[in-house]
Amino acid sequence: MTEIAQLVLNGIIAGTILAVPAIGITAIYAVLRFPNFAVSSIATMGAFAGYVANVSFGLPAAAAILVGFLLAGLVGVVSDEIVLKPIRRNGLLAAAIASVALTLALENVVRFFFGNDLRSYDLPIARDWRFLGLRIGPQQVENLAIALIAMAAVFLFLAFTRMGKAMRAVADNPMLADIKGINADTVARIVNFAGMGLAGIGGMLIGLDTSIDPLTGFRAILSIFAAAVLGGLGSVPGAVVGALTIGIAEELSLLILAPPYRSAVGFVAILLVLTLRPRGILGERAY
Amino acid sequence: MTDYLVAMLTFAALYGLMSLALNLVWGMAGMINLGLVGFFALGGYASALLTHRFGLPIPVGLAAAFLFAGACGVVVALVTARLRGDYLAIVTLGFAEVVRIIASNEIWLTNGTDGISGIPGPLRGEVPPATFNLVYLLIVLAVVAIAFFLLQNLRHSPFGRVLRAIRDDDQVAAVAGKWVIAFKIEAFAISSGMLGLAGALYGHYTSYIAPDAFVPLVTIYIVLALSAGGTGSNLGALCGALLIVFFQEGTRFIAAWAPGLGAVQLAALREIAISATLILILRFRPQGLLPEKLPRLAKR
Repeated sequence: MTEIAQLVLNGIIAGTILAVPAIGITAIYAVLRFPNFAVSSIATMGAFAGYVANVSFGLPAAAAILVGFLLAGLVGVVSDEIVLKPIRRNGLLAAAIASVALTLALENVVRFFFGNDLRSYDLPIARDWRFLGLRIGPQQVENLAIALIAMAAVFLFLAFTRMGKAMRAVADNPMLADIKGINADTVARIVNFAGMGLAGIGGMLIGLDTSIDPLTGFRAILSIFAAAVLGGLGSVPGAVVGALTIGIAEELSLLILAPPYRSAVGFVAILLVLTLRPRGILGERAY
Repeated sequence: MTDYLVAMLTFAALYGLMSLALNLVWGMAGMINLGLVGFFALGGYASALLTHRFGLPIPVGLAAAFLFAGACGVVVALVTARLRGDYLAIVTLGFAEVVRIIASNEIWLTNGTDGISGIPGPLRGEVPPATFNLVYLLIVLAVVAIAFFLLQNLRHSPFGRVLRAIRDDDQVAAVAGKWVIAFKIEAFAISSGMLGLAGALYGHYTSYIAPDAFVPLVTIYIVLALSAGGTGSNLGALCGALLIVFFQEGTRFIAAWAPGLGAVQLAALREIAISATLILILRFRPQGLLPEKLPRLAKR
């Protein structure tokens, strides 16, 4: 019983962290209408930018994560502007294909400079806390807090700022938004910056828990897309619900499956939800 | 040198078979498949296990590879048939990853990351290696020629016309009374089966398969072959496959005299070059080198 409770607790933490990149990818989908697979290597880049800030420049993890956010967002905007945006005119599926090529290229840029070795962040060593027979590490709590702050910022941005409202308008009805004078290009740039920035935070949060290498983001891509599809591709609250479901399901799967099959859980979840309820748990509304 | 050319042509033919398979779904029916390597792997393992472990004849292994990969294709296509194409992109990408995870971890079945070695090949061991390579090249070329001939016929048949109609506008095809979902699933199944067949032929040729051989980079190679050759054109698919092998070998020679870089860095640069080429083609010449020529309407 305690074991299951521990797994659920781990799942909630993992799911909250997973929600950050899942929100990023679902927001980009809501506005640009194609699955951008570049998210996996941009998450890796965020993790490595945070690593450099943390290990080479001695910033604490919470500050280094901001560096990860900024670099990932920047790479997201620039790569979209140069690579994906012109290809979107030839078709959204062509852009999806190009995003796979893009993610492979970016992953290898990381590999070129850092090699394939596993790297760990410079973190203070701390003893796990215990309560009611459950264990939780201070770093896990910090990660949870960072993820929650990032999510709160997204919801406040979407609910209260002019740009957030414009973004929801474009996601809801691009033609109507255009008539109202909302500049779709600006919205696309902002959503790319914020979405890929969130992916960068997600990559670093995943790395803080274990270690990082050029495949950090790629290993998480099935879980990230599973979270987004489960909640309804294009729905921000859906991504949170989906991420928590996937996080808990992946941890509970350890009861019956070997650890390498964790990421297969996401795939099974995608198959199930597409067969039973293709719109996802919360449907396709952006907000 | 002859041995080298024979080996390169064999790989080009295998890429050609896969690129023809991709042309059937992506070029003709407009369905995306980002998990090509997953079906390729399924076929490779199916045939390797049947012939190596159970001692069945190689043709049985090849047929089983085609059927098994095709059946998995049906399942993948069924799940996403009624949804927009981007879901198929996500599902196929995930499918290939799950195949690789299973191949790496079900050691009792696939021998895990060590892979399966000693896969039999036709006449292997009975004739000198050079002769085996030549015979095998002829076998693969024959398979590619048959596939090309059948697909060329299919392209001009009513079935091919419906697929192109679905690609250009599936609602119009549906209004014209075509059962769109059935056509899509059939096309996807045949294509997956062909990929499985290519995987089986690969295994019997190299005599060794392991999860390392089934990475997403292979999918990129095939997409690049078809995009470079000309999406929608079977001849383009074959030319693209030949180009890919030139490209692969060319970058290998350049890598041989690049100074001061480690092996990992060289591999990274190669993958960057390949991805960048695909991006450039999608950007500047989406129709490829040999653009699809639509069959002319009969003159009245």
